[in-house]
Amino acid sequence: MNPNAPRTIQLFVTCLIETLRPEAGMAVVRVLESLGIRVEFPRAQTCCGQPAFNAGAWDDARAMGRHTLDVLAQSDAPIVVPSGSCGDMLVHHYPELFAADPKYGPLAEQIAARTYEFSQFLVEVLGVKNLKARCAGRLAYHPSCHLSRGMGISAPPRELLSNLQDGELVEIPGANECCGFGGLFAIKMGEISSAMLARKLDAIESAKVETVVGCDVSCLLHLSGGLHRRGSKIETKHLAEILDSYVPTNI
Amino acid sequence: MSQQTSNVTFHERVEDALRDQILHVALERTTERFQRLRVTGMGSLPNADAVRDRVRLIRAHTLSRLDAYLEQFAANVERAGGHVHFAADANALNRIVADIARTHDVKSVVKGKSMISEEAELNHALEAQGVRVVETDLGEYIIQLAGERPSHILAPAIHKTKEQVGQLFHEKLGVPVYTEPAEMTAAARAILRFEFLNADMGVSGVNFGVAATGTICLVENEGNGRLTTTAPRVHVALMGLERIVPTLDDLSVMLQVLARSATGQKSAVYTNLITGPRRNGEGDGPDELHIILLDNGRSRVLGTEFAEILYCIRCGACLNACPVYREIGGHAYGSVYPGPVGAVLTPALGGIAPWSDLPQASSLCGMCREACPARIDIPRMLLLERDAATRAGQMPWWLRFGLHAYSVAATRPALFGLAAWGARVGTRILGASNQGWIRALPPPLNAWTQSRDFPAFANESFRAQWEKYQGENQEQKRK
Ligand code: SF4
Repeated sequence: MNPNAPRTIQLFVTCLIETLRPEAGMAVVRVLESLGIRVEFPRAQTCCGQPAFNAGAWDDARAMGRHTLDVLAQSDAPIVVPSGSCGDMLVHHYPELFAADPKYGPLAEQIAARTYEFSQFLVEVLGVKNLKARCAGRLAYHPSCHLSRGMGISAPPRELLSNLQDGELVEIPGANECCGFGGLFAIKMGEISSAMLARKLDAIESAKVETVVGCDVSCLLHLSGGLHRRGSKIETKHLAEILDSYVPTNI
Repeated sequence: MSQQTSNVTFHERVEDALRDQILHVALERTTERFQRLRVTGMGSLPNADAVRDRVRLIRAHTLSRLDAYLEQFAANVERAGGHVHFAADANALNRIVADIARTHDVKSVVKGKSMISEEAELNHALEAQGVRVVETDLGEYIIQLAGERPSHILAPAIHKTKEQVGQLFHEKLGVPVYTEPAEMTAAARAILRFEFLNADMGVSGVNFGVAATGTICLVENEGNGRLTTTAPRVHVALMGLERIVPTLDDLSVMLQVLARSATGQKSAVYTNLITGPRRNGEGDGPDELHIILLDNGRSRVLGTEFAEILYCIRCGACLNACPVYREIGGHAYGSVYPGPVGAVLTPALGGIAPWSDLPQASSLCGMCREACPARIDIPRMLLLERDAATRAGQMPWWLRFGLHAYSVAATRPALFGLAAWGARVGTRILGASNQGWIRALPPPLNAWTQSRDFPAFANESFRAQWEKYQGENQEQKRK
């Protein structure tokens, strides 16, 4: 583990983990603490505003952005976000949204510079690639769009998964294609989104996996909603939930 | 640019497209193959990343002083004996071409592939004047026979299966029902040969105009472009005024990525470089060469935050890579330019109001940006257009209201917690009968439950679990 790595982080847990998949957030906390990292949870955090930003309601997105920046600016600790799309929002879109704002523009740049997605933080900042975690059965990684193409993070999650103690990591055909979620796109363009989802679910089912692992709860909820509708037994898990399966006592 | 089917909504076109099984087969056969070919094609280019950076740089530089380059281009075309016309909009372009046709007493025109011609609906304009127009690109020829519009900027008939084309040829040309593309090509070729020999004027597109030499470059695979531009006595070349490169060296950089991104070929079968009309002593070529530069909103886009879309070299890679295009094809967009590039370019040129649906039809997955040889950030501009659509009052009221209410709550943590609590109670009631999964949500959220269940909110929020966990930790420490 990188000896110069920060020892304290702030967790920006995201509104979806807060409300829909809290167990993924707790897994993040446990994995980081097992590595000796102190986790702060700024209590006033809500939503980064990405849904409004994506939908084109930029004034609303800015309001949420200002709130989030204020909350995160209260500590100097780096920020860990267990989501590629919220990470992309903080790292890339805040600086753009606030480019003309004399107060929040510089703040957005500062926050962006110390924000990391969860797998990125583990591999690139902490230098941890093997958590000796376990996961039986066949699993596949779903590279979410905003993580892989938005933040440009492809290798870290795969690296962490390739070091599992057991389990068989397989590829979903056309893995890098979008699952069709796209935030409010799934509502506004429900038919197109459904067609994209059907294609992705066919691909997942053809890979005969038991678990689909991802770094974005949003896409995982979309996939699991589709799988459940199909009566499939395939589970979706956040990367942290897989890594949390075996916590080493000392590193 | 005009809307093709103004009385049908975008959603209706999308639904039709999604229901169309034949379209689905056609798109399935082609987009995925193009996509694969592009990846291998670009893979065969040493330093592909550096070349793409260079492409982007050249495009950005050229557009930053487009006026000067256009002047230089026009001067050099005229020095070589050609004529340059400037068309402010589609009507102006049609008028100029019609005038040239009239002056030369043109009865029939052969055409190479040109998106500018589609943008201006030139065929209609010429036909209205009694001129016979024959498309000579095989895909365009198929579309013309079928009385349709291109559905892809590069492969205009991509929405048709070969079975459909065999049937179409049988009906329109009186040939047997062919099953093999080679037979269909041969049939078209036999007819088109005759058209080339009899045409008075050839109309072609232009891939690039070279400012330093006044050369136009036309890239194609069928040889029809070469015939169109050399056989008839007049050649009219149509180009968007942004399609300039400064020098032949710059052109060679573009050519390194164009065919590779389009079809995976290292270079197209024919790369025609045309400088002026036929000179004394030359064997073939037209007596006159007219190059028409179309503006049609482009100069207005320069200098705006959408200028980047003018870097486009029309390779079609973003269409083939796009998961939305793959599901709905090109016609559903209703615009001349479909797919990711069209979703940005169309509102940029024609205004957001009639086209506000186009930028919404994207999950912002970023495949287009990854595929684009000029690294055009299409998702970023789709977002800008969504913002523009909202400011133009084009966001549905329920969404505007919902997002605003959400932002009001999200900037007040206590209220946000309360709203989340309400949603938890609501979703748990709705999901109670189905292990916490909701099968049907009320409109407009039923768009979600048409194909997927929605999860009930967790019993205990992260916050609650975190607090409990902190409490337990403290307890342990105390012990
Ligand atoms: S936007 Fe890029 S990928 Fe799409 S057609 Fe233009 S150059 Fe090709």
